[in-house]
Amino acid sequence: MKKLLLFILVVAVYVVHQDYWNWNKAEPLVFDCLPIGLAYHAGYSILCAITMWVLVKTIWPKHLEVEDEDLQSEIRNPKV
Amino acid sequence: MIPVIVIFIYLAIIAFIGSIAFRRSKTNTEDFFLANRSIGSLVFFLSLFATNMTAFAILGSSGQSYRQGIGIYGLMASSSCFVIPMTIFFIGTRLWALGKKFGHQTQVSYFRDRWECNHIGTAIFALSAAMLVPYMIISIMGGGTVLADISTSAETHQPLIPYAAGCAIVAAVVTVNVFFGGMRGTVWVNIFQTILFLCFGAVAVAVISHALPGGFGEYIKKIMDDPKNHTLLTREKMPPQFFWSYTLIPLSSIMFPHMAIMCFSAKKVTAFKRTVVLYPIAILAIWLPCVFLGVLGTVTLSGKIDPDGVLLRMLDTYAPVWLAGILGAGIISAVMGSDAHQVLALSTMFTKDIFAHYGGKQKFGERGSVYFARAFILVVTIVAYLVALELKAKQGIFEIAIRYAFSGFAAMAPVMIAALFWKRSTKWGALAATLFVAISLVGFASLQGKPAAPPSAPKVDAAAAVKPTPPAKPKEDIIWKIGEGPDAIKILSRSPATGDVRFMNNYMTVVPMVIGSAFFMILFSLLTRPPSQQTINRYFGRTNTPGQRPVATQA
Repeated sequence: MKKLLLFILVVAVYVVHQDYWNWNKAEPLVFDCLPIGLAYHAGYSILCAITMWVLVKTIWPKHLEVEDEDLQSEIRNPKV
Repeated sequence: MIPVIVIFIYLAIIAFIGSIAFRRSKTNTEDFFLANRSIGSLVFFLSLFATNMTAFAILGSSGQSYRQGIGIYGLMASSSCFVIPMTIFFIGTRLWALGKKFGHQTQVSYFRDRWECNHIGTAIFALSAAMLVPYMIISIMGGGTVLADISTSAETHQPLIPYAAGCAIVAAVVTVNVFFGGMRGTVWVNIFQTILFLCFGAVAVAVISHALPGGFGEYIKKIMDDPKNHTLLTREKMPPQFFWSYTLIPLSSIMFPHMAIMCFSAKKVTAFKRTVVLYPIAILAIWLPCVFLGVLGTVTLSGKIDPDGVLLRMLDTYAPVWLAGILGAGIISAVMGSDAHQVLALSTMFTKDIFAHYGGKQKFGERGSVYFARAFILVVTIVAYLVALELKAKQGIFEIAIRYAFSGFAAMAPVMIAALFWKRSTKWGALAATLFVAISLVGFASLQGKPAAPPSAPKVDAAAAVKPTPPAKPKEDIIWKIGEGPDAIKILSRSPATGDVRFMNNYMTVVPMVIGSAFFMILFSLLTRPPSQQTINRYFGRTNTPGQRPVATQA
């Protein structure tokens, strides 16, 4: 279930990159100077960082860390 | 003069850092090419980012937004914010683990072992090297141009550092840094470089905002009210299909040899955690100010402007001289950071995948391999420098080659994904996909057209003394269509503005290339015999068996 939700999150983030609704609009100006299309994608970049943080917290490939620790201990104490 | 002095101080610092790295180095390939796989978390992020950021991120982005408007950010930057960290998360971490486990130092050595075939590795090596070389040459060309632009005197309009000398300086500093320091020197220098160019955007925006009377909002409203320029604040002129298809381009990032090799150099897999989260923020920090200032350049600057030099012109106009020098050093950092990694990656590939693989290592040993790598670095930068001098007038060709190289590397991503995640994938699938990518690259490049000439000033029909004749709209050039009339399906056409080949109206050629590559990978893998069970167990089993690492890389 967790993986399915994360999959939906990733697909949703990819889909909202294509912001048709801002295509022909310059206004409103965010902070009185950023056209909405630019401000949206600046916000999108932050959304990407948050998405990556969620992925790191939830589906980080921990087995790679374990394998590395095994390998390191093997190099330090080789089996004869 | 002051900017030149500041840049020379910067170059001296780079050389100094490289020399310290040299003193710390050992004479074996794992140390020279991968800094003994010892790169820590923060350094790994800074260096990986520097590897992928070229001068385009600063000068090209502002130049493109000067021409095409704010859409450039969504097109190139925010798509990278999503795709690149994803590929680092899912592919980079796995590559790192396999490198640690089996001693791989390049993608090619992994492919060779994974699919039990030398030739597939050699084919991928040849394609990767062919796509990487123009990138390296244009980095040197970019460095020469930037140094000439920064050092151009406002009075005489002559550069203090001519293009040839600028190229020589960039090539020499990169060579010294990589030749002596290897990966360690490159990475240490990257720390300094990345911090410098990450600060660039914020400082440039602050300084220019301070110098502009009325603030940014007033100038943006000016653009909005100008019927000729208001589309710069929207994406009206950017087809949605083109915008979407560009999201496939950042798949190229992890397939660039210098990026993959960087992934092998991390000390621990946890180094990737910070990198994938910070990567989008770092892109935002560089691209947002550059794109914004590029658009502003249309109303704040006057006279004839080279779009790629718009940011330098703004700094020249609105920043104090000394600060313009430091900001110029930030731009040079972006050039050198990626160029050093490209040179090192080419050297690593030639040494490991060709020289060592075909018997050089057995004959000359580890020390001999490092000497070979250093000699190669020297030769390749001298050749790249000479090409940059001789073919300056043909810079456009290299730029086109790079555009296609990005599509080519992106189209190789299915091969990497299959190698990592699909047990059933075979060498024949990989070979078919590689050949498809190579053939389609050559095919699309041969169909490339010339960009339309910039519109000239409207002519007045003197005889009739009526209103001016508007400039003719460039006609779309259709290469292959099915059917006739308005219902005709345009399979291939050329973009009137750039001459680039487009697929099905407005999709980039990267779309059929990625789909085709994935299709051939799957089809030929299903039709042929999978690798031996022993190899599949080695790569897909969780437990490590002693003695798996190739003997030579255990040193």
